[in-house]
Amino acid sequence: MSAKQNIIELVDIHKAFGSQQVLKGVNLNIPRGQTTVIIGRSGGGKSVMLKHMIGLIKPDQGQVLVEGQDIVHMGDHGLNQVRRRFGMLFQDAALFDSMNVRDNVAFPLREHSKLSEGEIKQVVAEKLSMVGLSGVEHKLPSELSGGMRKRVGLARAITLEPEIILFDEPTTGLDPPLSAAINRLIKDTQERLGITAVVISHDIEGAYEVGHNIAMLYLGEIIAQGSPDEIRDSGSEVVQQFVHGRAEGPIEVI
Amino acid sequence: MRLLRPFEYVGAKFLAMLDEAGELLLLFMQTVLWLFRPPFRFKVLFKQLEFVGVGSINVTLLTGAFTGGVFALQSYHGFSLFGAESLVGSTVALALTRELGPVLTSLMVTGRAGSAMAAELGTMRVTEQVDALYVMAVNPVQYLVVPRVLAGIAMLPILTIIADFVGIVGSYVVGVHLLGINHGIFISKIVEYLEFSDISMGMTKAAFFGLILSMVGCYKGFYTTGGAEGVGRATTQAVVLASVLILASDYVLTAIMF
Ligand SMILES: Nc1ncnc2c1ncn2[C@@H]1O[C@H](COP(=O)(O)OP(=O)(O)OP(=O)(O)O)[C@@H](O)[C@H]1O
Ligand SMILES: [Mg+2]
Repeated sequence: MSAKQNIIELVDIHKAFGSQQVLKGVNLNIPRGQTTVIIGRSGGGKSVMLKHMIGLIKPDQGQVLVEGQDIVHMGDHGLNQVRRRFGMLFQDAALFDSMNVRDNVAFPLREHSKLSEGEIKQVVAEKLSMVGLSGVEHKLPSELSGGMRKRVGLARAITLEPEIILFDEPTTGLDPPLSAAINRLIKDTQERLGITAVVISHDIEGAYEVGHNIAMLYLGEIIAQGSPDEIRDSGSEVVQQFVHGRAEGPIEVI
Repeated sequence: MRLLRPFEYVGAKFLAMLDEAGELLLLFMQTVLWLFRPPFRFKVLFKQLEFVGVGSINVTLLTGAFTGGVFALQSYHGFSLFGAESLVGSTVALALTRELGPVLTSLMVTGRAGSAMAAELGTMRVTEQVDALYVMAVNPVQYLVVPRVLAGIAMLPILTIIADFVGIVGSYVVGVHLLGINHGIFISKIVEYLEFSDISMGMTKAAFFGLILSMVGCYKGFYTTGGAEGVGRATTQAVVLASVLILASDYVLTAIMF
């Protein structure tokens, strides 16, 4: 039954890089058709955790289940099938720097859809205008600002309208009105298509707004998970310090 | 214990080398596997054919012309000591088609295209573009490595033929126009001694060197770690390793073929 409710499950994930133990037994369920926001300290392993969900990083120990299937020991072919259901925005966008903006956003369409070039052009223009970028189709990624690159990455992640989208800090580096617009875009997309979204964010207000669930990663474990209200009223001092952005408390800042 | 240190060092180096050979072989096997799986990406292939082939024509022309010219000059000095100037043309032609054409062309293309492959794939690796391909369910070996290796194998023989031809023209210019060897004798000796198998075996070598330089360039790029510095390291290592492998395998191939 859990596989029905949860589209992704991380079970007791451990991951170390050299002697640095980044994840120390992460247990996290991502409910289907909802938005889950992951918060946590900078350098705490959020991006590493997100990459586990799509098989880019393999855990030292533990299981990653997508629709109840363990993807850790899956072969190339199976993993490809699973990945077709995903879209992902990387923290640094990871645009193809040899291609212009249009070709970047069109890439998943050209690979996995049967649309004609004319239709592709139309979809690309539509997705770009959704993220507030028009008229930059012919620019190269190196000619864009950081925030523009991020939004192109966002457009690329949603072009195929996949079932599951992973967003690594979609609003970091954007001005406040634009952040609000991107949060709304994520919310609208999620609701319109009923997809599952996983969002890493440092923007607490945005997290309350887009998230059905919020999970906090701290010291390599998920220490709290719940609705925005539950997180806001959490009894944990760590969570309280984090969401209120206080320098004093149990979290050693510097 | 101190006395064992050098052995430990050599042992560790040796193991690292075996490791590397294993990884390279594994990537090669994956490349062969993905070569035969659809989709076939003609667009990226043509881009690489153009980059490796058309892009290397200038450097090939220069290498071929000067090698042929200088070789004519040198051999003329030797041959004139015992009055065998008439053999300059055929000597240059044989050396070019069998050895200098394929080897020098491949070394130049290694410096130009092999290094670029390592740098490009290395940059894509450290900026997560390779991961982005995985995420979009596109296999990076198929998308990035296969077209480059095919371009290497296909283009090096063609570049070699060009280098052979230009080199012979260069030697003709030096030999006939500058040094005054008789035009008819120069040509007839080439026709007499040069066989088709010399050319075809030179081209076979070149195809093999094309495989080496593209495979090594892609391998070094594909497994780059450590940011911009890592990309620089990968690029240098790709050129060094590919050059060494080309020279070493040239000996083996020559021993087998001729
Ligand atoms: N490929 C890697 N090799 C070695 N160490 C790594 C690698 N990827 C991540 N790390 C380490 O893992 C830790 C967690 O990194 P991660 O990128 O997941 O942090 P994060 O929570 O996403 O931080 P931020 O909010 O700043 O993006 C860091 O200390 C980082 O140095
Ligand atoms: Mg991160």
